[in-house]
Amino acid sequence: MDALLHQVLAGLATGGIYASLALALVMIYQATHLVNFAQGEMAMFTTYIGWSLIQAGVPYWPAFFLTIAFAFIFGLALEYFVIRPVERAPVLAVVVVFIALLLILNSVTGWIYTYTIKTFPSPFPEQPIFGRYLSPHEAGAIGVTLVVLALLYCFFRFTPLGLAMRAAAQNPESSRLVGIRVGWMLALGWGLAAAVGAVAGMMVAPIVYLDPNMMGGVLLYAFAAALVGGIDNPWGAVIGGFLVGVLENVLGAFVIGNELKLSVALVIIIGVLLVKPSGFFGRVQVTRV
Amino acid sequence: MSALLELQGVNAAYGATRVLHGLDFAMQEKSITALLGANGAGKTTTLRAICGMVKTEGAIRFNGQDIRGKKTEDVARMGIAHVPDGRGTFLHLTTEENLRLGAYPRKDRDTVERDLERMYGYFPRLKERRRQQAGTLSGGEQQMLAVSRALMLAPKLMLLDEPSFGLAPLVVKELFGILRSINAEARVSMLLVEQNAAMALDIADQACVIETGRMVLSGPADKLKKDDAVRRSYLGY
Amino acid sequence: MSRRQLILLGVLLAAACVLPFVVSNYRTFQFTLVLVYAIALLGLNILTGYNGQISLGHGAFYALGAYCAAMLMDRAGAPYWATVPVAGAVCLVAGFLFGLPALRLEGLYLALATFALGVAMPQLLKFHALEKWTGGVQGIVIAKPPAPFGLPLNPDQWLYFFTLAITALMFILGWNLVRGRVGRALVAIRDQHIAAEAMGIHNSLYKSLAFGVSAMYTGVAGALGAIAVQFVAPDSFNIFLSIVFLVGIVVGGLASIPGALYGALFIQFVPNIADEISKAAPWAIFGVFMIAFVYLMPTGVAGAIRLLTTRRKVT
Repeated sequence: MDALLHQVLAGLATGGIYASLALALVMIYQATHLVNFAQGEMAMFTTYIGWSLIQAGVPYWPAFFLTIAFAFIFGLALEYFVIRPVERAPVLAVVVVFIALLLILNSVTGWIYTYTIKTFPSPFPEQPIFGRYLSPHEAGAIGVTLVVLALLYCFFRFTPLGLAMRAAAQNPESSRLVGIRVGWMLALGWGLAAAVGAVAGMMVAPIVYLDPNMMGGVLLYAFAAALVGGIDNPWGAVIGGFLVGVLENVLGAFVIGNELKLSVALVIIIGVLLVKPSGFFGRVQVTRV
Repeated sequence: MSALLELQGVNAAYGATRVLHGLDFAMQEKSITALLGANGAGKTTTLRAICGMVKTEGAIRFNGQDIRGKKTEDVARMGIAHVPDGRGTFLHLTTEENLRLGAYPRKDRDTVERDLERMYGYFPRLKERRRQQAGTLSGGEQQMLAVSRALMLAPKLMLLDEPSFGLAPLVVKELFGILRSINAEARVSMLLVEQNAAMALDIADQACVIETGRMVLSGPADKLKKDDAVRRSYLGY
Repeated sequence: MSRRQLILLGVLLAAACVLPFVVSNYRTFQFTLVLVYAIALLGLNILTGYNGQISLGHGAFYALGAYCAAMLMDRAGAPYWATVPVAGAVCLVAGFLFGLPALRLEGLYLALATFALGVAMPQLLKFHALEKWTGGVQGIVIAKPPAPFGLPLNPDQWLYFFTLAITALMFILGWNLVRGRVGRALVAIRDQHIAAEAMGIHNSLYKSLAFGVSAMYTGVAGALGAIAVQFVAPDSFNIFLSIVFLVGIVVGGLASIPGALYGALFIQFVPNIADEISKAAPWAIFGVFMIAFVYLMPTGVAGAIRLLTTRRKVT
């Protein structure tokens, strides 16, 4: 029972990270109907930038916020220079561009920083506060995730810019008619998604250690979480993320062992999709023939 | 009095299909102008051309300024509010969010709040449903929402594409009555595209008829209304 | 096919036959792999290009075919040429079976399901319970067959011709398939699946068949690839392979038979070029090439060629 509780709580911690990345995926999907396969590598790359800042002597929290700012601009720039030119290409061609971005980011990071594993500091204290159920970093990660999610929610719900971004994602044509610069909204969306990814990266790095391939599994779980929740539903993505995190930990510890953890979790997720093809909270698309 | 809106020799095409052929058109300030014609004549395309939503050639001037080739959002920011056919409601946002979006480019926060209350005054049913998802509103209510949203821009010119579509006659009468009083009080010019020529001519000052992408007739609305020959050949009643 | 196209094809075939005698053994081996990938890409194209079902997991079928060949040759002493049809048959069934539940999934959801398959495969192959057959992490080593009937060809050259013959056969089969009723049905399902069903096309059957046939092609390619490389190991068949296949059909040209060949040339040689340009970050250069191709030729090499040739016809 003890061990189960620990796994569940640890699962919530990693789940929060999956939820953040899944949210970033859903944000871009809602605006463009595309899945950003490079989201994980973007998060990884920006986390490395954070690492560099800390190595250069910048204290943790300033480095944290600087990294977020960098990620925001990076995401903006990527949308404007790399994605926008291929907006009108066939869907699979755009998928290839995302994959190319993934490869480029992964390779360039490995080149600049080498593939040796590095440690990334955690801002939370070492001493266990919650006993053996939850490490301070895991608790901190859950906290940070919740704060980020709350901020995003308030932004989209209560600010005019957030409203405009939601409108641009749902109905670009009508948005133009009310004077919203849809192109800018798209770029901002990418910036925000990148910033959220950076937070996810900086929270997961102390757990899995900093390495160019660290986000591969995380992205996969985030992708699965977003789909289980319904790819067009931000709430679903968040709940899905926590669910997947807990599932992964519990299954890995008690049922299959860490070796096959990844594949079995995925198989289960697909099983879920076979029962509910558009995810638990997704909008069932009714198409007029 | 120089024209508020002028189109000269406008061609518009969807891909390879040309819809407007050298359209000439002018509209005065503070008027309600009806743009009439059969299905497929090019009425909607004319409105879309003004808003930069379709590829156009020729000259389009608003208040003397050249607006052809401008992006849709920039045309909107110049004070042209377009109520598109199909209404273009943000279905997954609330009624009030839809209205606030209408005022997105405006910087005068207090006047925007006052205008919001004014819209609720014109259309009390919208106030009742202010927190409801706009997609759950009835057809008539969505039309009122669309018109209000356009008015929230505090526009100089409103383009309305078939506002009577799918509405019961009584509702149309109510709506058109409100449009006429808005035109009188707030001095908003209106370009009204309608298939229902009778109702449109009732509230319009000026009227034009488009046929296969060309302007074939224009003049004061009551003249067109009284002219039997015109009515029978161009307006079908 | 027009007379001009037939002549071009003849020239191409002739050149292909002369190739092993004018280039080094290593180059011949590389071109053998080009042919292998072309078969795999044709398979993927039948599913994704013509039938619109996205697969991010075709590397798994390639692996299945490869391991079939390796296990039959190493554990059961079967002759190399027999392993190819067996691999094809096994993958046909496996693909069809996978295609059945996949019917419920569309677009992104199918992409995830196939992606999971692609990710899971190496882990499955390493699974210790199956080690006796799969050779676990170390994999299986097999011998390259010598030329039969005492032909004056070295093993690389013989394997090249063997592969060339099978490639030609698979391409002819594929060409017939997409040109005929089945091909039209597949495309109809891709473009307007509701209308297709309404016209009497049994969507589920065709879609599962498409999966099966596509997997069969990729399995055959896997078997040939294993024989050429003389080695199978779980980590050679990771998710990257599936991704590279997808890149191959997009760059080569979706819904195009020659596109499979262009794509195969791209995925075989461009990584080498990328490696020469930058030892430190070869995948980055490969990524840049990918983006360049998509920007310049969004409909793939085949699409670009089609555009050029039709324009000339008009003028």
